Amino acid sequence: MTPGWPLWEVFVRSRNGLAHKHVGSVHAVDATMALTNARDVYTRRSEGTSIWVVPSAAITASDPADKDALFDPAGDKIYRHPTFYDIPADVKNI
Amino acid sequence: MTASTSPDDGQSLVDYLLRLGDTTLVLSHRLSEWVGAAPTLEEEIALANVALDLLGQAQPLLARAGEVEGLGRDADALAYLRDAWDYRNLLLVEQPNGDFAHTMLRQFLFDSYAVELWSRLATSTDATLAGIAGKAVKESAYHVGHSGEWVIRLGDGTTESARRTRDAVADLWEFTGELFATDAVDEAIAASGVAPLASELEPAWRDRVDAVFADAGLEVPTRQWMQSGGKQGRHTEHLGHVLAEMQFLPRAYPGSTW
Amino acid sequence: MYTQGLDEAPGPDVDESFDPASLLPDDEANAELRFQARIDAEDRIEPTDWMPAEYRRTLIRQIAQHAHSEVIGMQPEGNWITRAPSLRRKAVLIAKVQDEAGHGLYLYGAAETLGVSREELVDQLVSGEVKYSSIFNYPTLTWADMGAVGWLVDGAAIMNQIPLCRCSYGPYARAMVRVCKEESFHQRQGYELMLTLSRGTPQQQAMAQDALNRWWWPAIMMFGPSDADSVHSAKTMRWKIKRFSNDELRQKFVDVTVPQAEYLGLTVPDPDLRFNDETGHYDIGPIDWDEFFAVVRGDGPCNRQRLATRRAAHENGAWVRAAAEAHARKQQERQQSSEPAATGPAAAGQVA
Repeated sequence: MTPGWPLWEVFVRSRNGLAHKHVGSVHAVDATMALTNARDVYTRRSEGTSIWVVPSAAITASDPADKDALFDPAGDKIYRHPTFYDIPADVKNI
Repeated sequence: MTASTSPDDGQSLVDYLLRLGDTTLVLSHRLSEWVGAAPTLEEEIALANVALDLLGQAQPLLARAGEVEGLGRDADALAYLRDAWDYRNLLLVEQPNGDFAHTMLRQFLFDSYAVELWSRLATSTDATLAGIAGKAVKESAYHVGHSGEWVIRLGDGTTESARRTRDAVADLWEFTGELFATDAVDEAIAASGVAPLASELEPAWRDRVDAVFADAGLEVPTRQWMQSGGKQGRHTEHLGHVLAEMQFLPRAYPGSTW
Repeated sequence: MYTQGLDEAPGPDVDESFDPASLLPDDEANAELRFQARIDAEDRIEPTDWMPAEYRRTLIRQIAQHAHSEVIGMQPEGNWITRAPSLRRKAVLIAKVQDEAGHGLYLYGAAETLGVSREELVDQLVSGEVKYSSIFNYPTLTWADMGAVGWLVDGAAIMNQIPLCRCSYGPYARAMVRVCKEESFHQRQGYELMLTLSRGTPQQQAMAQDALNRWWWPAIMMFGPSDADSVHSAKTMRWKIKRFSNDELRQKFVDVTVPQAEYLGLTVPDPDLRFNDETGHYDIGPIDWDEFFAVVRGDGPCNRQRLATRRAAHENGAWVRAAAEAHARKQQERQQSSEPAATGPAAAGQVA
């Protein structure tokens, strides 16, 4: 996937479920394609399902539980994307 | 069990069901050739979905055809043991996949027709056909959204994708006339309320095609000459190769259960 | 059905005398010990939790290899879709291969949570830099191979995947739960296919036996060399990325599968195979590890072909992907120029 295909998080409410549940991610160029891909990948043609897609970059997350995390910045992104995550230069083996 | 719906002891109904069953089967088969070669992993899944939906339509259509025919042929016997001259599919769907633009355009042209057809077949006087239509109408609505979006993306994408899409239009347009051409079988079927006359579907099809082509920056061709013959068993050179591959095992090992 | 009863307690003890803290400066040592304590308590590690660099690297490699295997695995089975001999078999095979694409997607998604992009992963596979399961470098030569592959290859994969549902890394474990749910039908359809052939004509029976003859040893080799010979095992076990040893999984597979072969009336191509009354397990003959390492190194029947096919699909799709991007950009520009107050394309779409 080239850079123009951002990552989208997928949330699905199955017919009998109560709330949307995070099921994974898809790559897509826009919201329309993201919805189509999400339906194909995560619901495989089942009907009556509600799907939400959100660009991963749009999600803000709380800090991880471990406050003594040495190498994380105060985490506000959900993934360890290299551009989200700074490692001190003198840490070995990274 | 419906009573014979035409004066020819059900032969028109058999022909009609074979036309639709063979069309969905051959198109499904063509799409399945993309497995492992799609442009993205997400599209692998999307194409397989459409192929499976079409196969899910083909099987009961052919089964019903065999039932009405009354010679003991089931869906597999019809699919695997008829030669090309007995196949009744539209010529459009046996055309080779070509590149992704060809495949998506072929799909869109078919889906736009299928969506109109299935919505009318939901009230068919043949209960089996109406039942199949109930499910197929939702499937084809989804399919036409997917294929239409791709025609737009490719037509209105890069210079290269636009060129490829224009080439696809030039290659495939002459197969669209057959979708709406009618013969004695179609007239008998329409008269008995089993199916609409195909020509009635053309205006809605054309509206959808015009709208998507406009968004895709494509010109609707003005050329009038159209290919025909598929519904009567006169095919292009392509179908023979499709069937040779598809039918190999049952023909090489006759009488076997798989 | 074949996988029940295998979800047992973790395998062999790790070397307790090795203290990782001794190698690290104080702060890192504390973090690593806390991390290990979480692992030992069966806590799940999530993407933004602290983790040792090697844990992250190991997971990326393992998840990526798993994902690549699913994608490459589409080819040997895809080879028979257009020749499937009945409409039902055709549908089942398309669905199975489609599932494999889906599994690749789930797994690439899990790997991406660790900081590697899909683009990098795809490039790795297409360049030939990375390994995928050796089993997919074998050709599918007859229709019976569709049965053998489902029964043996998916069977072996399930042995591996069920324990991974409890692996320490959350996204990988969750992906594996989804995979396992879909995988159970894969193995059943493969075995049922073999059953149909074994009850068929003499030619079909011969076809089934021939497929077993060619796929048995490669499936046995799927579990990898004995852990004593494996570089990565100790750490991956301690970190609960791996939960059973290769030999344990291989033994379970053999014990479950040999009776299944007997039920089919087929002969396992191993003259040394026998049930050991003392151990309660089947003893198998010597594995040809030369063949395994040759295939892993690139000298297998289909290595070049699999990679070439993947590369061609990727390259042929470049103009399609570029077109989708170009169109999305154009749409964005149109929207922005017609609605100057808007903040860009909708960030979320909803389907009720």
